[in-house]
Amino acid sequence: MSDTLERVRKIVIDHLDADPDKVTEKASFIDDLGADSLDNVELVMAFEEAFDIEIPDDAAEHIQTVGDAVKFIDEKLAG
Amino acid sequence: MRRVVVTGLGLLTPHGAGVEHAWKSILDGKSAIRPITAFDAEGFACSIAGEVPQVDGRGHGAPGQPGVFDPEAVMSAKDRKRVDDFIVYAIAAADEALADAGWKPESEEDKCATGVMIGSGIGGLGPIAATALEMQEKGPRRVSPFFIPMSLINLASGQVSIRHGLKGPNHSVVTACATGAHAIGDAARMIALGDADVMVAGGAESSVVPIGIAGFLACRALCTDFQDQPEKASRPYDKDHAGFVMGEGAGIMVLEELEHAKARGAKIYAEVVGYGMSGDAHHITAPSEDGEGGYRAMQAALKRAGLQPSDVDYVNAHGTSTMADWIEAKAVERLMGDHAPKVALSSTKSMIGHLLGAAGAVECVYCVLAIRDQIAPPTINLENPEQETALNMVKDKGEPMRIDVAMSNSFGFGGTNATVVFRKVD
Repeated sequence: MSDTLERVRKIVIDHLDADPDKVTEKASFIDDLGADSLDNVELVMAFEEAFDIEIPDDAAEHIQTVGDAVKFIDEKLAG
Repeated sequence: MRRVVVTGLGLLTPHGAGVEHAWKSILDGKSAIRPITAFDAEGFACSIAGEVPQVDGRGHGAPGQPGVFDPEAVMSAKDRKRVDDFIVYAIAAADEALADAGWKPESEEDKCATGVMIGSGIGGLGPIAATALEMQEKGPRRVSPFFIPMSLINLASGQVSIRHGLKGPNHSVVTACATGAHAIGDAARMIALGDADVMVAGGAESSVVPIGIAGFLACRALCTDFQDQPEKASRPYDKDHAGFVMGEGAGIMVLEELEHAKARGAKIYAEVVGYGMSGDAHHITAPSEDGEGGYRAMQAALKRAGLQPSDVDYVNAHGTSTMADWIEAKAVERLMGDHAPKVALSSTKSMIGHLLGAAGAVECVYCVLAIRDQIAPPTINLENPEQETALNMVKDKGEPMRIDVAMSNSFGFGGTNATVVFRKVD
């Protein structure tokens, strides 16, 4: 398991008060983890802060699952 | 017009959570004013307040303490991130009031006939200040998506409606320190006019935050004396009064159309018989010296109730422990005329401080309980009355007496006045 995945999972579990077993790579924030659109905005802000990156609004719209977030962050960090 | 009665009560005050605990503390004449715990108030000319005692130590609360408030029992920590404290307080008091009323609408028709009218004086002052600082430091992209919905005053009504599925009128009052009384009066009118059969009405406030204290200090409204004797600081009508002490919390009532309440066999506390409003047209923070704004609000409420001043048994005064106390008391005395010696008057703010937008609602609840228990709550710290009066100034402990009609006065900055009159139902 990648370091990014573990860190993303921890942020998601903390922010959504989600059951850790359900926070898999395929889990959708809204459909599987009980988030709403405002939670999504807050999650993206938390990823930005934790990884010290900027996630533009149009990219944020496509981050719907744990895996989406990991992929975006890894690509961003790889430059 | 349809008749409106009170069928449920909920309180969260500086004395603690729950109507019976809060009411007993009032009748015992206990002060709930203590040093501020919500933030480090060193350097503030006022460092005392009436905070809600909570399990985490805020407001000098501790687990197991009678009346201590546990916000976790109301909402999870995750959900509390979306709401400021005034909304948490409103939800807690509304839960209690609805449970007390035994009203849990299940059908679409019942849901649509039940509305919410909860106001606040200032709403999310804490998050507004904190978010402004964060934005200054980190830029606009760091503003939380929950900032606006946690701060908006009408989100207290919104959250209560969402939580209980209440689909009737969803409204909110903002009239500074008259908010709670206006909310109850306006909600009663909505029922009387047929907009709803049941309304969850009241006020909530959580302004014991640095900018709240600093702001009221700046308008010279807060008490800066008695800082080392907090329980003595709120002293309406006493010659040593030195400004109000801020409190926080919520008061909520379930109001209901009389026949609706009877049909379901609900317990009926009292009837809302009168509601009067007026404007001073005088000054942004001070009442006019002749008290005629408050006088007209009381007069209008009695007229609406079809009552005479001689019918009034108890007045819960606005009495904030400021120069305005006697302006109001003298207006009451004038209105009551020869009946004045038979009218009991007190300010419960002497014990819990001034809950701003929640004050009027909490005090309406006390009026209803005064009718239920036939006892007038006291004013404490009234050691040396600043003026003489023919009124019965109930002091120190609750005074048992016959109370058929109780009146609650609330006046706010901007010169806004509200009076609500309750009557015993046989």
